[in-house]
Amino acid sequence: MIISEVLKLIDGKIVAGEKYLSREVSKAFSSDLMSDVLTLDTDEILLITGLINVQTIRTAEMAEISCIAFVRNKKVTKEMVSLAEVNHMVLIECASSMFSVSGKLYQAGIQPVF
Amino acid sequence: MHAQYEIQGGDFTKAGLASSEVKKMLKQLNLDPKIIKRIAVAMYEAEVNVVAHAYHGIMDIELNTEKIIIKVQDTGPGIADIDKAMEEGFSTASKEVREMGFGAGMGLPNIKKNADELILNSKINKGTEVKLVFYLNHQ
Repeated sequence: MIISEVLKLIDGKIVAGEKYLSREVSKAFSSDLMSDVLTLDTDEILLITGLINVQTIRTAEMAEISCIAFVRNKKVTKEMVSLAEVNHMVLIECASSMFSVSGKLYQAGIQPVF
Repeated sequence: MHAQYEIQGGDFTKAGLASSEVKKMLKQLNLDPKIIKRIAVAMYEAEVNVVAHAYHGIMDIELNTEKIIIKVQDTGPGIADIDKAMEEGFSTASKEVREMGFGAGMGLPNIKKNADELILNSKINKGTEVKLVFYLNHQ
């Protein structure tokens, strides 16, 4: 699935990386715990999180994750957008809960990491 | 090749800056992306540990064609029980660190999983030294 389809499915708003909407996403991981994200061996997944701080973007940078969906109507900060842009990442904001976003994407064929 | 970076304890706005610089340098050297990811994750976990627990740290990188050695030395409270700190789930992290998405007691075990070698030395009320070795041609 490409990121523009993810956006439609979860009724998301793009806040960084608009030019990368045609990137493919096939797997996702939902977590507010960055320590868990750092244990994943899979790259290029979609991270679904409600954790708003610069370390979310740093974690994604280290873990080779280039697309993050922020759930529960959390608002991404300017610092997060700047760091995401430097790292060519896509950031999405979404009003729904983590459970709802994960469910919609799973139903549409996005695979879990494990 | 040799490089050194400073890490400021307690400053989460800059946590990961040193690891980010090193990761960019490794990418330019065209190393295997799988090794780069292992190095980046372990190094970032070590850097976050300094920010979370220590006052100040130095990250020292030494790279040759065979291996990369990363030494992270800090001045800080030290680790009272290294065996306990290596246990998954054990953490002395503050509420602030947990709010950042860390402090679940997974950092050191994850460093051990990603590095080919991990040597940890610590002195109470002095500081901690973490030495990580990654072999570049070894699967």
